[in-house]
Amino acid sequence: MSLLEVNNLKKSFGKNTVLKGVSFSLDKGQTLSVIGPSGGGKTTILRCLNFLEIPDEGTVKVGDEIIFDAAQTARLSDREIRKNRLHFGLVFQDFNLFPQYTALGNIMLAPKLQAASSPEMSREKNIPPERIEEYCLEILDRVGLADKKDHYPHQLSGGQKQRVAIARAMAMNPEILFFDEPTSALDPELTGEVLKVIRRLSEEKMTMIIVTHEMGFAKNVSDQIIFMDNGLIAEQGTPEEVFNHPKNPRTLEFLRGYTGLE
Amino acid sequence: MFANVLSALSIGFLKTLEIFGLTLVGAIPLGLLICLGAMTRIRVVKYVIRFLVWVIRGTPLMLQLLVIYYGPGLIIGDNWWGSGEHGRFIATIVAFIINYACYFSEIFRGGIQSIPVGQQEAGFVLGLTKAQIFFRITLLQVVKRIVPPMSNEIITLVKDTSLSRIIALQELIWAGQSFMKSAGIIWPLFFTGIYYLAFSGILTVVFNRIEKKLEFFRV
Ligand SMILES: Nc1ncnc2c1ncn2[C@@H]1O[C@H](COP(=O)(O)OP(=O)(O)O)[C@@H](O)[C@H]1O
Ligand SMILES: [Mg+2]
Repeated sequence: MSLLEVNNLKKSFGKNTVLKGVSFSLDKGQTLSVIGPSGGGKTTILRCLNFLEIPDEGTVKVGDEIIFDAAQTARLSDREIRKNRLHFGLVFQDFNLFPQYTALGNIMLAPKLQAASSPEMSREKNIPPERIEEYCLEILDRVGLADKKDHYPHQLSGGQKQRVAIARAMAMNPEILFFDEPTSALDPELTGEVLKVIRRLSEEKMTMIIVTHEMGFAKNVSDQIIFMDNGLIAEQGTPEEVFNHPKNPRTLEFLRGYTGLE
Repeated sequence: MFANVLSALSIGFLKTLEIFGLTLVGAIPLGLLICLGAMTRIRVVKYVIRFLVWVIRGTPLMLQLLVIYYGPGLIIGDNWWGSGEHGRFIATIVAFIINYACYFSEIFRGGIQSIPVGQQEAGFVLGLTKAQIFFRITLLQVVKRIVPPMSNEIITLVKDTSLSRIIALQELIWAGQSFMKSAGIIWPLFFTGIYYLAFSGILTVVFNRIEKKLEFFRV
């Protein structure tokens, strides 16, 4: 059974229909990469799944629970939305670290607030509040930044910031982790350290969706590739199928733009 | 003579301090309210408030003082403020609070709107509530952004208190000037400058401290 099932997701902004019926599923432990030209709706998918946008149509199922059904839910309460969000973690292109907290402080903020205000919602129930710091430090260590725990975001490089942001998302112990172009805001020499962390998560069988323009990376780590074009999934398959034997001429055209670079 | 002047000026300065203190106490919360009104999704409220703020910021405080103090008496034939020094004082406080609340509200609005929406979204995807996001993430960043413009505005207020001289409120300038008539000397008026300098000097030091305290992070 799939861990995530997205069915016929549609989203418009005014007259601009950005998602025109997107369906896909993802098994536990799999890595899915989403590629495609900019403006194709990749970010919008992630934002819809995280309820930063509310889809106009479609359903989202996690495990055997339908967490969103546009036909049923006229309006979700803030609490339901928060609860749904905790299934997922999202890593932003431009990090969005909280500047007034240290690296460790950024990671601890949400687990601590969660434990204090709504422990029943917390997905790391087994961690007693007094152990949260230790637990978060372990996660910071997993992205290789334990020695930077007391540094503030402005004291970190872009690559380090993004690794802290990944650790921050991991600390909420999401079932699925989403990345929206995690290396696009980085200088080329800093992308490697971030991709290495994501690759390790993939090897550890974290379930992930990665929106990326790093074609070589996507080909290497993914179990599944989706090519998004103009609000629709234009092609879907294993990396071998999509990169080496694309069926859709649009995919071929898009990939050609990258071969020159590699 | 010097002792006389000093004691008269000090009494005037106390009045100046009262205007200063009460204006801050009233204008900061009122400014927050106006700021919320200027950002509300209810269009009518938003535009009415923005219009009023524009009027207050676009006209001199001295004019507002005159209108507020003399207006009720001239228009409805009834001096709301009561007669004498007390009436002048109340009218002054009201005019200053309204004026400064409008300036503060624009500073608050600028501060809040300058925080990237990504900060809030990062909080949302971590499952935080709106209140948690405001108090634990946004607020301190807003404070850091508004300390410099607020300190400018507050130091301006120190000097603006003297505008109440126009309705003969017995503040520091009035106290200094009174010696021109009574004793034919002008140095007490000039001497008031020392008070203003000392007071704004202290405030500058205080605000620099606060800015230093907030230097541990960047926004
Ligand atoms: N909040 C929004 N309001 C209006 N239009 C939006 C909004 N967010 C995205 N769009 C539009 O949706 C389209 C798809 O955007 P996006 O999902 O960011 O694409 P991608 O991530 O594939 O580059 C773009 O044309 C963009 O202008
Ligand atoms: Mg995008």
